[in-house]
Amino acid sequence: MSATVASPAPARAGTAAARNVLRWVLLGAVLLLALLPVLNRLPADSALHVSDFVVSVTGKWITYAILALAIDLAWGYAGILSLGHGAFFALGGYAIGMHLMRLIGPRGVYGHSTLPDFMVFLGYRELPWYWLGFEHFPFALLMALAVPGLLAAMVGFLAFRSRITGVYFSIITQAMTYALMLAFFRNDMGFGGNNGFTDFKELLGIPLNTPNARAALFYASLAALLGAYWICARVVGSKLGRVLVAVRDAESRVRFLGYDTTRVKLFVFVLSAVLAGLAGALYVPQVGIINPGEFSPGNSIEAVVWVAVGGRGTLVGALLGAFSVNALKTWLTSVAPDLWLFALGGLFVAVTLFLPRGLVGVLRRPGT
Amino acid sequence: MRAGSTLYLDGVSVVFDGFRALNNLSLVVEPGELRAVIGPNGAGKTTMMDVITGKTRPTAGDVRFGDRDLTRLDEAAIATLGIGRKFQKPTVFDALTVFENLELALKAPRGPVACLRWALSGEARRRIEAVLDETGLAPRAQDRAAILSHGQRQWLEIGMLLMQDPELLLVDEPVAGMTDQETEHTAALLRRIAGGRSVVVVEHDLEFVRALGRRVTVLHEGGVLSEGSIDHVQNDPRVVEVYLGR
Repeated sequence: MSATVASPAPARAGTAAARNVLRWVLLGAVLLLALLPVLNRLPADSALHVSDFVVSVTGKWITYAILALAIDLAWGYAGILSLGHGAFFALGGYAIGMHLMRLIGPRGVYGHSTLPDFMVFLGYRELPWYWLGFEHFPFALLMALAVPGLLAAMVGFLAFRSRITGVYFSIITQAMTYALMLAFFRNDMGFGGNNGFTDFKELLGIPLNTPNARAALFYASLAALLGAYWICARVVGSKLGRVLVAVRDAESRVRFLGYDTTRVKLFVFVLSAVLAGLAGALYVPQVGIINPGEFSPGNSIEAVVWVAVGGRGTLVGALLGAFSVNALKTWLTSVAPDLWLFALGGLFVAVTLFLPRGLVGVLRRPGT
Repeated sequence: MRAGSTLYLDGVSVVFDGFRALNNLSLVVEPGELRAVIGPNGAGKTTMMDVITGKTRPTAGDVRFGDRDLTRLDEAAIATLGIGRKFQKPTVFDALTVFENLELALKAPRGPVACLRWALSGEARRRIEAVLDETGLAPRAQDRAAILSHGQRQWLEIGMLLMQDPELLLVDEPVAGMTDQETEHTAALLRRIAGGRSVVVVEHDLEFVRALGRRVTVLHEGGVLSEGSIDHVQNDPRVVEVYLGR
């Protein structure tokens, strides 16, 4: 016992130092990221030139990193393992997709003044009521956050109130995203069926698929990532963050202390879903398409693997996981596309067995 | 007549399927008193705690706390009245520091938004530091609870109960599995915290009860067998027969 009395102080100082280093590395990484669209403008023969592909793929990863933060907040801190966060991401994407579809206007193949092509094709006479308002960007953005938030509030309220936790909750969220996928595949849902939305023209007056649009979306995503990180850091660093950790480790004891753990979990789950929706809203204009495949259960699981690989329960870990796993995926799917799913599964097994605290756990080992 | 008594049990019986877990039990604990309750397994010690905290309803009898009738209140209401219970198995939050564990237990608004906006005031800090001193955990305030010894975890749990400022503290077998030194420290701790509040300790360990050095109640088959100082009950022939004699 006396040995443990003496050792903790330097150990904690060690983690604090490691944390500081990580913070600086993170800041450097953000600055480096911010440079990418600038380097993209350099002449193509310049040594520092960065291709369009790198800019757009990195922009996509940034939105994935926001999704990873959202999952980490719920899973890593509050112990709520959602295997359906892809649904919140996709709903945010669909909301912005609806706005982008409305902006196409008469430039569609059928040239209808208000109805998107797929509606003309399916014989719609007028816009369904739930499409109203989406011609306004602020409304669409609001919906991109509110719809995932409301869905999370409903699912979370029913589950947490009935004290459904652990793997049962994970299965419910997995079923949720699967059900939504099947629903969105249906043509009569009014969301374009299995084709979804694509062929977008512009956003906020900027024609998409131009260097300007790429840079603008890139910076918007980066700003959203910083904002999301700030919000998560704020939550995690507050007493609420400590209540979340306590709920994760011993929920009944927290209840016994007089905390309404249902409300606490609902709060963090809804916040997490809203962040996932924001990520999806930034993702869709960058990739130029959204279809029901985004709801596929595999997507949600893949996002959970990012967080597991990076190190759940640390915000830096979520970022690290999202970037590193997606970098691996981009590389591997170009060299050996058939191997990717095996690699993903193997990665998850390996991390679970050998790196329970993820990459961050390896980096921090000297301090802990 | 019972004015001033903190806890008052009179003629309490609890019957489970014909089995009398408590049989006409009467017990009065004065404000600031430290009382030890001993008895062989099945004597009704835990059932007594359950009745006081509202987990079990008495079949007959009176249970009062000050002037409140506890038989009409549920567990949460009884807890907010100021009765804290420490269970046998300590459950502290391993991932948090000792200080943070106490901070979570501190009386404060419990909603998510209130927790998000919570800032540690000087007053709150003083309350936490007072409990750190009281439990002797001050040197470990910034250590994670995971690395505490078994004894220290028990004290932290007692400290978390103290943060809620209870008038009556029920402590279930606090020294099970402790070293002699830790047992002594726990006895001193309980003596220290009684006075400001009443404390009822249920315990098997007679050495520990002797170290507490206060009034002892011996339970047997759901009722009070003997009551008095440790020397008194140890020399009571009925106690020797049913408890100590084995």
